[in-house]
Amino acid sequence: MFEKKSGVLLIAGLLFFAIAFLSNGLVPILMYKNLKEKTAEELVQGNGNLRYQFEDLARRYPESFKTAFGTPPEETAAREAWLNQKCADALRRGRNVYVGEGCWHCHSQFIRPVSNEDRRWGPVSKSEEYQNELQRPVLFGTRRVGPDLCREGGRRSNDWHAVHFFKPTMLSEGSPMPEYPWLFDGSPDKPNERGFALIAYVQWLGSWQESYPYYKDYQASNVKDVKLK
Amino acid sequence: MSADVERERPRHEDLVDERLVSWYFLAALGYMFISMLGGFLMGFQLIRHNPLRGIELLSPGRWRMIHTNAIAYGFLANAFLGALHWAVPRLALRPVLDRRLSYFIFGAWQVVVLSTAVGIMLGQAQGLEWGETPVWIDPLALAGLLLVAINFLAPIVRLRGPMYVTLWYFTAAFIWTFLTYAMGNFIPQYFVSGTSAGAVGGLFIHDLVGLFVTPLGWGLMYYFVPIMLKKPVWSHGLSLVGFWGLAFFYPLTGIHHFLYTPIPMFLQYGAVISTIAVEMVVTTVLINFFVTLRGATGALTNNLPIRWFYTGMVFYGLTCLQCAFQTTLTFQALIHFTDWVVGHAHMVMFGVFSMWLLGTMTYLFPRLLKTDWYSRTLCEWHYWLSALGIGLMSADLIVAGPFQGYFWASLLPWDVSVDFSIPFWAVRLVAGTMMFTGLLVFLTNLALTWAQARRAEEPAVLAAAA
Repeated sequence: MFEKKSGVLLIAGLLFFAIAFLSNGLVPILMYKNLKEKTAEELVQGNGNLRYQFEDLARRYPESFKTAFGTPPEETAAREAWLNQKCADALRRGRNVYVGEGCWHCHSQFIRPVSNEDRRWGPVSKSEEYQNELQRPVLFGTRRVGPDLCREGGRRSNDWHAVHFFKPTMLSEGSPMPEYPWLFDGSPDKPNERGFALIAYVQWLGSWQESYPYYKDYQASNVKDVKLK
Repeated sequence: MSADVERERPRHEDLVDERLVSWYFLAALGYMFISMLGGFLMGFQLIRHNPLRGIELLSPGRWRMIHTNAIAYGFLANAFLGALHWAVPRLALRPVLDRRLSYFIFGAWQVVVLSTAVGIMLGQAQGLEWGETPVWIDPLALAGLLLVAINFLAPIVRLRGPMYVTLWYFTAAFIWTFLTYAMGNFIPQYFVSGTSAGAVGGLFIHDLVGLFVTPLGWGLMYYFVPIMLKKPVWSHGLSLVGFWGLAFFYPLTGIHHFLYTPIPMFLQYGAVISTIAVEMVVTTVLINFFVTLRGATGALTNNLPIRWFYTGMVFYGLTCLQCAFQTTLTFQALIHFTDWVVGHAHMVMFGVFSMWLLGTMTYLFPRLLKTDWYSRTLCEWHYWLSALGIGLMSADLIVAGPFQGYFWASLLPWDVSVDFSIPFWAVRLVAGTMMFTGLLVFLTNLALTWAQARRAEEPAVLAAAA
């Protein structure tokens, strides 16, 4: 058996691989099968922190916002739905930019219960936080050149992120992070669609937390004040 | 009588397509060149002196992914396929299934690797470590791996009686590589998300090393080392332990990449224990090979491929020992996310498997080109620059790692850990330059050897024409 083709093929090749997959892959899949996977739309629903940031982007960069996402409807309910949808699209797009630029190779997205990480960044990560379509495949990450990002949302303002993505050393002297001028139309106050998407995505990270850093819960009624020229 | 012997031992020319072996090796070296360029770009970025900043297609983040993918799928896969086209037919005494299929696979695989590189350069990477190949290429790559398995398994399946150790490793590797690629690239992308996807992703990262690269590498060692030393491997029993131990424990280790994540703790413990078991299995394999060397240690000085191989094995021992420590939760708390892991990865991918494959090329190119190396001195330079370069790089990063870990745990501002790392990243760039220079020396030597082979051919051709 040990030196024969059938043994090597069937036992080592197939059986042992299957045992490993069943025990290490299928077990967590079955354990979490009742945790529903949320879509990007469901993530935006009821997340006032995130909607606040998205509308802040619209307020801060009205012209660029219109170029990237179009003009919102006039009527309040329609505008609400429009903003929700655009925000969900931005999250999906932002995740693709985050992956495509390799952000996740230098920034992790989980807080461990060791090494004082909860004191530096916030609450330790839980399974349900990752049960959504933006974690396909999951972006835990394996290296930190820069800090962890899964509690990043709301820590810094949108214009901070815009300038930082454009040229990190303008805000963080000595940062080894690369520059991403292609997320902008020439200057940090003109994000393009990808730039908006990435900022929205980063502001989403951790925005579901109760201990969300700076901003009070956003009141949905404020939306009337948003003036999109 | 002699006709029987003739039939039992088919001629080398009928078994091995030497031109294809050379093509694979050249493609592999080309990708190694590209991969190292990517490494340089990221290296300069880290010490904050990237001369090409702000160019979208040359973004260090994207080239970091090209760096790893070009090594895994460009260099390692191509070099392994070349070596397999030499070793498998000679061991099975039968040619591969179909030569045209071999050439088709060669072309298809280059398309896969090149489109991976272009896709990543255009920002279409998939969020799976070591599997950043854009999702639209994955089915194509998987089909390629299936064809590879069919092409090589055909001669192996027709073999009668017990198989030699090398073929156990190869046979299992063809199955495992296909299954691993399918599992890792499709399940976390299309079927599950979150923590479960993380568990599968961990399996993928580690199976790629443990079930694709490792078995093919050890298979080649079991094949070439006895041939070069002109003596059998010391213990057949230990090679059985090595293979079956690897087959059982290696697939179970994947989750050790994500310790302290929300993945259930009992699965993390399981992965830790399996990893330590792998270390014990590895020790038996190393004992077997080093005892084989007994009485033939002179080969380390005068047989260059043997020196490449055994240097790789020393690094293998170091890297597995390191792994057995770093996989424990105590070490993980400190060194996870640091450069310690990066040093480990470089020691495995370059110090072990690239060393073995470069040694294989050093051995096979003279046989493929029918001439000695143009310069033995240049071969020595290639060896020493590579060996010292990777030694320096791993040592540098492995030392930097614990410091970074302590800086982070100390809650000092993040920038402090970055400023501290800069000198280490500068040393790493020096080490990388040594390895890159080694490659350039090798390529130069190869070009000169090639020219030498052409010159040797010409008189023969002229004589034949006259």
